[in-house]
Amino acid sequence: MAKTLAEKVWDDHLVRSASGEPDLLYIDLHLIHEVTSPQAFDGLRLAKRGVRRPDLTLATEDHNVPTLNIDKPIADPVSRLQVDTLRKNCQEFGIRLHSLGDVEQGIVHVVGPQLGLTQPGMTIVCGDSHTSTHGAFGALAFGIGTSEVEHVLATQTLPLSRPKTMAINVEGKLKPGVTSKDIILAIIAKIGTGGGQGYILEYCGSAIRALSMEARMTICNMSIEAGARAGLIAPDETTFAYLKDRPHAPKGEDWQRALAYWSELKSDSDAKFDKEITLDADQLSPFVTWGTNPGQGIPLDGVIPSPQDFTDPEEVSAAERALVYMDLKAGTPMKKIKIDTVFLGSCTNGRIEDLRAAAEIIKGKKVASDIRMMVVPGSARVRLQAEAEGLDKLFLEAGAEWRSAGCSMCLGMNPDQLAPGERSASTSNRNFEGRQGKGGRTHLVSPLVAAATALRGTLSSPADL
Amino acid sequence: MEKFISHTGSALPLRRSNVDTDQIIPAVYLKRVTRSGFEDGLFAAWRSDPEFVLNKAEYSKASILVAGADFGTGSSREHAVWALQNYGFKVVISSRFADIFRGNSLKAGLLTVILGQSDVEALWSAIEAEPSLEIEVDLETRLVSYKNQAISFDLDDYTRWRLMEGLDDIGLTLRKIDEVENFEEKRAKYKPKTLPVLS
Repeated sequence: MAKTLAEKVWDDHLVRSASGEPDLLYIDLHLIHEVTSPQAFDGLRLAKRGVRRPDLTLATEDHNVPTLNIDKPIADPVSRLQVDTLRKNCQEFGIRLHSLGDVEQGIVHVVGPQLGLTQPGMTIVCGDSHTSTHGAFGALAFGIGTSEVEHVLATQTLPLSRPKTMAINVEGKLKPGVTSKDIILAIIAKIGTGGGQGYILEYCGSAIRALSMEARMTICNMSIEAGARAGLIAPDETTFAYLKDRPHAPKGEDWQRALAYWSELKSDSDAKFDKEITLDADQLSPFVTWGTNPGQGIPLDGVIPSPQDFTDPEEVSAAERALVYMDLKAGTPMKKIKIDTVFLGSCTNGRIEDLRAAAEIIKGKKVASDIRMMVVPGSARVRLQAEAEGLDKLFLEAGAEWRSAGCSMCLGMNPDQLAPGERSASTSNRNFEGRQGKGGRTHLVSPLVAAATALRGTLSSPADL
Repeated sequence: MEKFISHTGSALPLRRSNVDTDQIIPAVYLKRVTRSGFEDGLFAAWRSDPEFVLNKAEYSKASILVAGADFGTGSSREHAVWALQNYGFKVVISSRFADIFRGNSLKAGLLTVILGQSDVEALWSAIEAEPSLEIEVDLETRLVSYKNQAISFDLDDYTRWRLMEGLDDIGLTLRKIDEVENFEEKRAKYKPKTLPVLS
């Protein structure tokens, strides 16, 4: 029977499938971090259970860690305890951990791919909703809660009900200045934050195939913002070239065997998706959010909508609340919005290509005098690579801050936070109320828009410079 | 896990849609390493407003939360479920839940009940008219009942059985561990391992 890519990966990991119970799926890679794992390890100890496959498990410190003075003990005692707890747990259960200061430390979703641990056709889970990032390789990757983290630690499996599948066809060619971030923000605005609930998304079409691996990761990363636990892209030559010679990629004959399997990983031409939508890449322009959920986005050259523009009463009231929280008036051009802080980083847009793209715009110019720009590489390796290319100097000379790797201001769990009322243009993934600090206001943007905004002080695209 | 068969209590009407997990519990409250003590973080930002529904005396005993559509979107933090449980909620009713939040709640024993939006609206009105209104949520019959109303809801048989028996998912999987071993024997050898460390 014809199958979609997601169904193929699902079926290849079935440990057990019986009627009247969820499928039992084998998990190829389990990523963990300090925030969602301590209670899972406690659960194991309480039940006198071990970790079944430490050799399929990898831990990093990312959510809580400071991005300045990383050689000093973490100042916040509660954050320090959480990080110390992860260290103790990894030691006790024999799990590989990349701690603050380690060259492989970084945001878990940046580290997995750069080590070559993320490969096509795998099942990958992590106690973090942006695990969908790894779908860019044709892996079935999704976020889980702490109870499920404990389940995977103990059994290397998860009981799950088979989701539906949705194809998102993005055809055509992106205009200059338009990025994969704009594609995914436009998709979420189109289908809404609940549009992907119950589905695995497959991104396909010529515009997707033309993207680099890092650009694909940006798209898959935000699948969860459309309500889908997972989103994936069929692996192709771009994927294989990215993986070749990575530390944990297969070598020699294993590479050939893996390649043979990976090459079959695509949806059959006659496979049926439960739902299909299409987006025209030629029509896209830089996209930004105006509200307090990632679906409240519009083209940057648009004006802030009025609640009356919506028909669904829930959307009307959500828009009314969002405008109050964001302190914005309907009808205002987006480009008139004055920004205080620009954040370039996160598992969405904290990779080397993101930093290069922004640096290219900033080069030789100055960040507007009343703007704070923070540049936070997604991993220590990304930071080192950027420094080898001299990108750190370009940012510093422009007046931006150059930080160490971590989740940072994406979720404001460490000291990198917005002050109440402060407004950011952020390359991260969520514009929820208070996400980047209590009372903070977030506009989600691409790295190109972030850089142009930093120079002009108002939401801008590179074309405005 | 505690068995869930039926719960009767009063409810709190949260007339908001798209309540994401950063609203249910902001990230700064996620630093505890236990499963308890998260009640202080529940709706922390909104609670600073004295008019917020959670602050109203008439709802102080509520154990059922009736929320707008798309409840629990965003982060996978199970802390959102624990915060609701630690505060005293046993049931959340909404017309749509985010997938991960729904999964987490049913694993942790917080019953999430999906009703149609019109049923949610009717519940809100009934609760606001009479804050002490008793609502019964019963897993045996899969019914939400109040006054002379009885609304049925869907929950798959397996999850319902697991909740009613208070069963631990891990224990159930460990009974089938020989099937996991069989699967592992057939797994492709080129699949990556995290150990030993390669660079």
